[in-house]
Amino acid sequence: MTGARQESCDLAVIGAGMAGMAAALFAAERGLSCIQIGNSGGLLFASGLLDLLGVHPVAEGRLWQSPYEALAALARDEPDHPLARVDAASIRNALETFVAALGNAGLAYAPLTDRNRKVLTSIGTVKTTFGVPRSMVAGSYALEARPPCLLVDFRGLREFSAAQIAATLGDRWPGLRHQQIAFPGYEAVPELYAAHLARALESAETRGRTIALVKPLLGDARVVGFPAVLGLARAGAVHAAFEAALRIPVFEIPTMPTSVPGLRLQGALESAVSARGVHRRQQARVRALSFEADGGTATLELDGIPGGERVLARAVVLATGRFSGRGLTADRGRVRESILGLPVAQPNSREAWHQRDFLDPAGHAINRAGLSIDDAWRPLGANGKPVWPGLYAVGSILAHQDWMRAKCGSGLSIATAWAAVDQVTRQLRGNGAG
Amino acid sequence: MNYPSFIQTQVLIIGGGATGTALARDLALRGVDCILVEKDDINAGASGRNHGLLHSGARYVAGDRQVAVECRIEGAILKRVAAQTIQDTGGYFVAVQGDDERYIADFPSLCARAGIAARAVDIAAARALEPALSERTIAVFEVPDASIDPFRLSLETMAHARSLGARLMRRTRVLGFEREGRRIRAVRLQSLSGGEGLRIEAAQIVNAAGAWARELALLAGAPIEMTYSKGTLLVTHTRLAERALTRLRPPADADILMPGGTVSIVGTTSTPVSTLDDIQPTTAEADLIVAEAARMLPALATMRYIRAFAGVRPLVGAAGVADGRAISRGYALLDHEDQGLDNFATITGGKLSTCRLMAERAADLVCLRLGVTRPCLTATMPLPVAPECEWTEPGRSPRAWMRSHARDDTLLCECELVPGRAVDAIYDALRAAGDTPTLTDIGLRSRVGKGACQGAFCAPRTVAHLYNRGDFQARRGLDEIVDFFDERWRGQRAVLWGEQLAQAELMEALHCGTFGEELRGEELRDARTDDAPRAAPNADPADEASR
Repeated sequence: MTGARQESCDLAVIGAGMAGMAAALFAAERGLSCIQIGNSGGLLFASGLLDLLGVHPVAEGRLWQSPYEALAALARDEPDHPLARVDAASIRNALETFVAALGNAGLAYAPLTDRNRKVLTSIGTVKTTFGVPRSMVAGSYALEARPPCLLVDFRGLREFSAAQIAATLGDRWPGLRHQQIAFPGYEAVPELYAAHLARALESAETRGRTIALVKPLLGDARVVGFPAVLGLARAGAVHAAFEAALRIPVFEIPTMPTSVPGLRLQGALESAVSARGVHRRQQARVRALSFEADGGTATLELDGIPGGERVLARAVVLATGRFSGRGLTADRGRVRESILGLPVAQPNSREAWHQRDFLDPAGHAINRAGLSIDDAWRPLGANGKPVWPGLYAVGSILAHQDWMRAKCGSGLSIATAWAAVDQVTRQLRGNGAG
Repeated sequence: MNYPSFIQTQVLIIGGGATGTALARDLALRGVDCILVEKDDINAGASGRNHGLLHSGARYVAGDRQVAVECRIEGAILKRVAAQTIQDTGGYFVAVQGDDERYIADFPSLCARAGIAARAVDIAAARALEPALSERTIAVFEVPDASIDPFRLSLETMAHARSLGARLMRRTRVLGFEREGRRIRAVRLQSLSGGEGLRIEAAQIVNAAGAWARELALLAGAPIEMTYSKGTLLVTHTRLAERALTRLRPPADADILMPGGTVSIVGTTSTPVSTLDDIQPTTAEADLIVAEAARMLPALATMRYIRAFAGVRPLVGAAGVADGRAISRGYALLDHEDQGLDNFATITGGKLSTCRLMAERAADLVCLRLGVTRPCLTATMPLPVAPECEWTEPGRSPRAWMRSHARDDTLLCECELVPGRAVDAIYDALRAAGDTPTLTDIGLRSRVGKGACQGAFCAPRTVAHLYNRGDFQARRGLDEIVDFFDERWRGQRAVLWGEQLAQAELMEALHCGTFGEELRGEELRDARTDDAPRAAPNADPADEASR
């Protein structure tokens, strides 16, 4: 056996969730050669909705109609928040670029505006979000106007009950009705999986039979909602076919993970970064990461590839996520950064990690733990200085934010990736690249 | 408060734990009419917050031989009459380097004196059968300990009592006693779901309220001396041992590891507490258990834990004793006659293993007072299996599912394989008894919420299932999911590190990030019109109205 294969690139992106994908995408669009390490399984937990900033301050639960006004307030109140470090123009550019790339990859989003949108969730709550897939946006309009509306679900799709949504919202939306139907071809199957249904609906025959079942149920409905199963890779065409056949707007409601919108997002992002020439190492894991002193290159030793691989990169973006993404690990006493053991801003003891009530309005302190960075998105070492001039961190691993409560997860990932890639580009050009 | 409802019965039992339910059954079997009132739900107190260890008695041979003998006799009885609630796992008592050699040496003869079969086991053989045992093990004895499902025991006991005419009123709290000379004429209660007051006139009243017995006795004007000892336990992600494993030393913290179906339960601590409010496991208690129990079972140091829970032991005896373990684990039956009451009794203290005996003694006293001469039947009469009570047993659902399931049945919980028909059976049985079942009630009677996901996925699925059946209306499902997670969370926060912390993060990402459950009503109200106090600065009512 010869030594490990070796590859060089401008930028190594560690992580393939929302932030890693955004970083790889933006870097490739700026002409950087990029290797991305890690699998994109975390995207399967996504709902397809792109939050920017819905709630601020978290402890007050205050909802905002304009995410940009919310961001301005956030910048005043929490200057350490990662989103407070990105200017509004960059955030707009980042999101527009991201959504355009998804559109090119076949996953269309409704045009981004200056306002948040509201959408229904599968348990009947109303979620404030920003970027909404084209297939869901009719639900957002319906939620505002409350016209007569039919919600359809499929017997056996266990985590989605149209009856539940209609009952939960019924007193405020009198024209909201629900119907359950058997999914054509799966009538005798007790447990349906959203992804199977989505694939099945890409066949014109199944689609036609489904539409034939729904049509007589429409009654006075002016809009009709389904669980998010209307197609997978060809979701746009499936959705359009439903609207054409039913002659009223059709919308999807995300189901619980693993959801079809998560699969679509994963597929679209994978093809978007691959199409831009990003080299992906999906099965690989970074075993060791070391740096040449004073700039130079970083060396990433990869596991999970037959024979191993060594990647030499002039810059590295850490987009490894939090605990479920494995970017952070916690034992009983401390939170650690998983690859380099970088210092993690965190509460003093485990007793302070979580509130005594799960839904405490203030949120849990552990969720604000993470990496501290300098103005150029570089994580700080124990001495308060950047660990290495070319090491950057983006996304949910960053400290001083609670994306789950602030409803800012996608915005955080996309905007910080944009800003960090901007810094990477400057660094590499300053060093005589390009 | 008005008390429009008025009910009469022979015996009113207060408290729906192991003792109260056993008492209801005992009395019902003797033909005595009784009502059991419970402020929360079956086994909501210490009866549902313990190891599920059916003691052979070996743990008490040095400290309290009477308790040891009671445990031995009662354990044998329960294995006969309530076999469906017991896994006869056997138990090992295990000493490791550093443990008291004299205690180890005395143990076999102390067991013999209490009539408990204890057999020395070769250490290599023991470690072959229980590989999790420390290589620093220095002595192992086999004893007839067993695992008991306390929920199934109490639920099935109550189901049998009800089939014999006993009545159960859950979520009903005692507000006060109407006293008339040496008798309590009536008990005033309030239903926590309905809110309306009611009066129950009973010839005899039994206070079987466990740790809450002191409060009730005080309310009845017959104060008792009782102390509280908080005990915390941890639940592991996978099962670590086949047998009940007890540290061979005088009872101390984190001595016992019990198998519980697919998991193991390790504990406990013993901390004196002065109040019953807000009993939650703490991170410090979890750390103590991990560190201490790992001396007998090193894998516990790196194990994934999915949950912690804490209960309060009611200990009857002099207040002011520093260590709860020094107070007898024996039970107390108080007739309160020297306190001027002839129709009130308190039965508390004791152990899960001796609940049948405690009920028998209390029933004997009540029957003597009532002039009922029929004998106790619970030592010989088998406990009938009740189909709706089968779903508490860890590991049963998967077996039942694999063996057979209806073609149209569906799995609601994929961690513990809880089928839709289990939820249906539980829900329908509660409905048939005139109850309004909640998601939390279903959780107590099944494995919903007990697996690794701690309800993140199965709770919404179960709620969706109940909406589809037409059982839930309006916003109830949302409220119940929130209540359910509140309850589950109490047991989670002390063990959130490593893999389980990642799991909790996924749960919050779904339930807060996507569903916004922490915003609840606010988010919904805001959907159309921002209410003034919460309106964002940029809210534009004219814009909203123009749509």
